[in-house]
Amino acid sequence: MNHSYLIKTDQLTKTFPIGPTTLVALDNINIEFKKGEFAGLVGPSGSGKTTLLNIIGSLDTPSSGSMEVMGEKIETLSHKRAAGLRNQHIGFIFQTFNLLPVYTVFENVEFPLLLQNIHSSKRKKMVMDALEWVGLADRADSKPAQLSGGQSQRVAIARAIVKRPALVLADEPTANLDAKNSHNIMKTMIQLNENFQTTFIFATHDAKVMQYLKRIITLDDGIVQSDEMQAMAV
Amino acid sequence: MLILKLAFKNLYGAGLRTWLNVIALSFSYVAIIFLQGLYNCMNDQMTSVTLDAQYGGGQYWQQAYDPYDPLTLDDAHERLPRAFEGLISADKALPILIRQAAVYPNNRLQNTLLKGIKPDQTLLTLPTASLITTDPYIPALIGTRMAKSCGLNIGDFVTIRWRDANGTFDADEIKIVEIMKTAVSEIDNNQIWIPIEALWKMTSMPNEATLIVLEKGSDFSAPVPGWDHKNLDFLLQDIRSLVLTKSIGGSIFYLVLLLLAMLAIFDTQILSIFRRKKEIGTLMALGMTRNTLIRLFTIEGAMHAVLAAVAAMLYGGPFIGYMAFAGFGLPQSTDSFGFAMGDRLYPVFTIGLIAGTILLVLGVTTMVSYLPTRKIAKLNPTDALRGKLS
Repeated sequence: MNHSYLIKTDQLTKTFPIGPTTLVALDNINIEFKKGEFAGLVGPSGSGKTTLLNIIGSLDTPSSGSMEVMGEKIETLSHKRAAGLRNQHIGFIFQTFNLLPVYTVFENVEFPLLLQNIHSSKRKKMVMDALEWVGLADRADSKPAQLSGGQSQRVAIARAIVKRPALVLADEPTANLDAKNSHNIMKTMIQLNENFQTTFIFATHDAKVMQYLKRIITLDDGIVQSDEMQAMAV
Repeated sequence: MLILKLAFKNLYGAGLRTWLNVIALSFSYVAIIFLQGLYNCMNDQMTSVTLDAQYGGGQYWQQAYDPYDPLTLDDAHERLPRAFEGLISADKALPILIRQAAVYPNNRLQNTLLKGIKPDQTLLTLPTASLITTDPYIPALIGTRMAKSCGLNIGDFVTIRWRDANGTFDADEIKIVEIMKTAVSEIDNNQIWIPIEALWKMTSMPNEATLIVLEKGSDFSAPVPGWDHKNLDFLLQDIRSLVLTKSIGGSIFYLVLLLLAMLAIFDTQILSIFRRKKEIGTLMALGMTRNTLIRLFTIEGAMHAVLAAVAAMLYGGPFIGYMAFAGFGLPQSTDSFGFAMGDRLYPVFTIGLIAGTILLVLGVTTMVSYLPTRKIAKLNPTDALRGKLS
């Protein structure tokens, strides 16, 4: 298994049947990500950003071609194995936070660790550490409904990084946040990227996010238009 | 353990919806346990009362005797076999002679059965001691139903007509010395009890009987020529069929109740999966397998039954406890249904009944909860995250 790349695609194509026709969401994508990257998939709506992110996260499978994530071929993974990969190695951050409303902040962040059967004392420490990183340790007992949008997204980040995954996938993480909160969130993620060498891949068309990215891959109609490294503006 | 905790949290978080289901389901528990306890009681009481007053510990029937065919009564009599002499003298067996007769109360005719019994017997709970008298008249004991249908009271004289062993009609007056209240209509309706010795004399059938009742707990079942032994399983089969019929009728009631509760659970599960698609998608993204998700949702549904059992215990426990202790009175018209029961019913709630009901409801709820969750197995995580059902 070649582990020099965390993620590698080969002629990755994804199509969706729409009535009698077929929509090509991703068209022959060849792309690679190394450990510790802070990269973004950018492009207009319908360009295939989220589709690519979903396949990287093993939430979806390619129609043809290949996608390798941490040595695992996504197209051949069973449901159980894919769930295991997500649970062990991948953290997700969603546009709408997707916190579980009946659980407290602590329990939301704790959830991925429960699935890993980590001992309760270790679990508690890991959750509190994650909440410290995002500056919400004092809100551990709050319910998601009692949090602002920015705070909710920070809880979602804590949930994504609490298990120290190799990869965090963030789909439009700042779309529901104001400028100030967006900057705070991005700064938090940059710190985590630098501290833990966690690879972050964003799907976004938000300029506020783009200025923090070290690598920008532009997609349009499912095709990679450009793949550029950039010095961080912020 | 994790799944249980999560399921409980989700249920608790669902608030009013959960509690409405739990309350509806708890009604099913209480109704099933209460009704079944009632039927247990009816069965026990009918059996016990009938054994005490009619069947004893089993019977021997003269071979021609068929209680459902009055025409057999002409031939259904025979001298008491030697095999019973010892038992009868020790009051461990009781001969009863049954003959057809006609009674003329208030200038009308009513067919009846004349039953001869030893007045000093103690084997059956009939107040036959009242037949011990020095009056020159034939003393007669009747039940309240017979008294009501003939308009007879204690002290009344009434003419009866019967046929003796040679087929000759004869008539005399009897005096009603006692009107007994009995729950067993089979020893009351259209029946007149008189001393067996008087009946032997009236019918010229000395030392003859139609049936012989054994004392309760008797294990005597030896074959006796001309007589058929009828054990309690045979004698009680009608009562058991009656209770079974009633029980099936009652079951329909609580099945409807259970069905409504199950409908609510099924609906809740469907709604839950529909409304929580995004949550399901998130759980998948966090690494929960589809099987675990199915288990989680199934357990969530099944936990309704567990919570309902607790709720039922809280309000139903004291209720059924009180009922078992204090019982409840039966209206007088119950007699007309032909149930052999006492004045009060004391429902019988056994551990088996309660545990069985809990298991039944839990099993049905789990199955009903599982059915909608199969949708999750077909759910695409990306569709779920978008809040879409695939």
